[in-house]
Amino acid sequence: MINTNDILETITMIQEENLDIRTITMGISLLDCCGSDIDRSCQKIYEKIRHRAGELVVAGNEIEEKYGIPIINKRVAVTPIAILAGASGGDPLRYALTLEKAAKDIGVNFIGGYSALVHKGFSAGDLELLKSIPRALSETERVCSSVNVGSTKTGINMDAVRLMGEVVKETAELTANRQCIGAAKLVVFCNAPEDNPFMAGAFHGPGEPDCVINVGVSGPGVVRAAIAKAGKECDLTQIADIIKKTAFKITRMGQLVGSEASARLGVPFGIVDLSLAPTPAVGDSVAHILEEIGLESCGACGTTAALAMLNDAVKKGGVMASSNVGGLSGAFIPVSEDAGMVEAVESGTLTIEKLEAMTAVCSVGLDMIIIPGDTTAEVIAGIIADEAAIGMINSKTTAVRVIPAIGKKEGEKLEFGGLLGGGPVMKVNRSSPGVMISRGGRIPAPIQSLNN
Amino acid sequence: MRAVISVVGKDRVGILAMVSGICAKANANILEVTQSVLQEFFVMIMVIDISNMNRSLSDLRRELEENSMGMKIHVMHEDIFHSMHRV
Repeated sequence: MINTNDILETITMIQEENLDIRTITMGISLLDCCGSDIDRSCQKIYEKIRHRAGELVVAGNEIEEKYGIPIINKRVAVTPIAILAGASGGDPLRYALTLEKAAKDIGVNFIGGYSALVHKGFSAGDLELLKSIPRALSETERVCSSVNVGSTKTGINMDAVRLMGEVVKETAELTANRQCIGAAKLVVFCNAPEDNPFMAGAFHGPGEPDCVINVGVSGPGVVRAAIAKAGKECDLTQIADIIKKTAFKITRMGQLVGSEASARLGVPFGIVDLSLAPTPAVGDSVAHILEEIGLESCGACGTTAALAMLNDAVKKGGVMASSNVGGLSGAFIPVSEDAGMVEAVESGTLTIEKLEAMTAVCSVGLDMIIIPGDTTAEVIAGIIADEAAIGMINSKTTAVRVIPAIGKKEGEKLEFGGLLGGGPVMKVNRSSPGVMISRGGRIPAPIQSLNN
Repeated sequence: MRAVISVVGKDRVGILAMVSGICAKANANILEVTQSVLQEFFVMIMVIDISNMNRSLSDLRRELEENSMGMKIHVMHEDIFHSMHRV
């Protein structure tokens, strides 16, 4: 007999503490859709996505019904489109429109992979794709874009960094009448993982199999509740232990759902991404976990240490619960998607500088941060370069997803709605990195890259 | 295949009858029942065999929820508990 307490614990996690499967993401390789004729390529892409992912949403809903676990998103990630654009030439926007149509017809809310990997330089199709991102994101609703500008092995492509500063700004400008939403669908990476199931940064890396199912779990609310239940007497070793045990249970659920989805769809199971992904819902916040550990407000001195422990304990607990762990795996610290982060920004305790320090120990980077609309492209490029440097030196993934709030100033707000949430415009250091950014070139690979 | 039905709420007459009646209609055999009343709160956990049910698990869930008499009723496949709580 299953233990009564275990049953009640699981039910409480799902009903009260927002435990859910954040996403089932199907990765689909489009390498066999490459060709010199862009029309033919687009047609093949559409057909392949329809063929592979046509049943994805239905299968997701069936699993949700069977197990009684909410599965929030069903999504698709594809091969970086720059590779196809390089083969076919022509306007890459055509690919974006094809992805949009395919995503709409199979019923997924986001499709990732309007991407380019340019960490060492640009090859055919890369520059055209980068320059087309603002239009692609303003003319579609579901397409997500990501660009990898650096890695520990290669250093940082500063020409790409400079260009991405401009691309982020232009994307926000083109979607200014829609809360600058375009920039919320654009991620600039260093050390981008090839199997990340989370949007907006998901793409299907060239080293991946033809088709694969990856699962992203969630559950900040569950972790917070477990720490709260343990009380104030626990020392930090005990807290780390509680987080580990909770992460184990959350990940097991991801593993179960992933295996089931893979069996139903006849597609190999890739990885479980162990990330603690917050949502704007009350009680589903990573900031509130840090506060439960014992900070008056997220952003207080001690935040980085608490986050480091949380991030590490999540991985330790999760890694044994799944046969394959991958993706970003750790704690996400987006601002607009996390009610606790928004409160901390509004109260003045959480700044971009503190968030930057936090990104050195968490799973991603400066995420969903709203900055003043008049922030220059150079400053945005400077933000990207700083984050990429943290990722490069620490051999970890870092990313930048900032949203310039066109026409708005510090203290005003953007509201995206849904899982993207909303929040205040944060203060940005306006001192110009213009000369450094305009130098371009490449920051050489660090000594850490020579580990053979 | 088995599923777990849990019922939590204020104790009242007819809860067990309602749940077991719906299970019988669905041809789901009841394997185990544990129940306790803590103060005025009623907690019942029932394990049922769903291999020979004449409807889907989601239909059974819907029927139970529609007749919940103000109680919180959850129906979940047993796999989820095994995977979360057993190594």
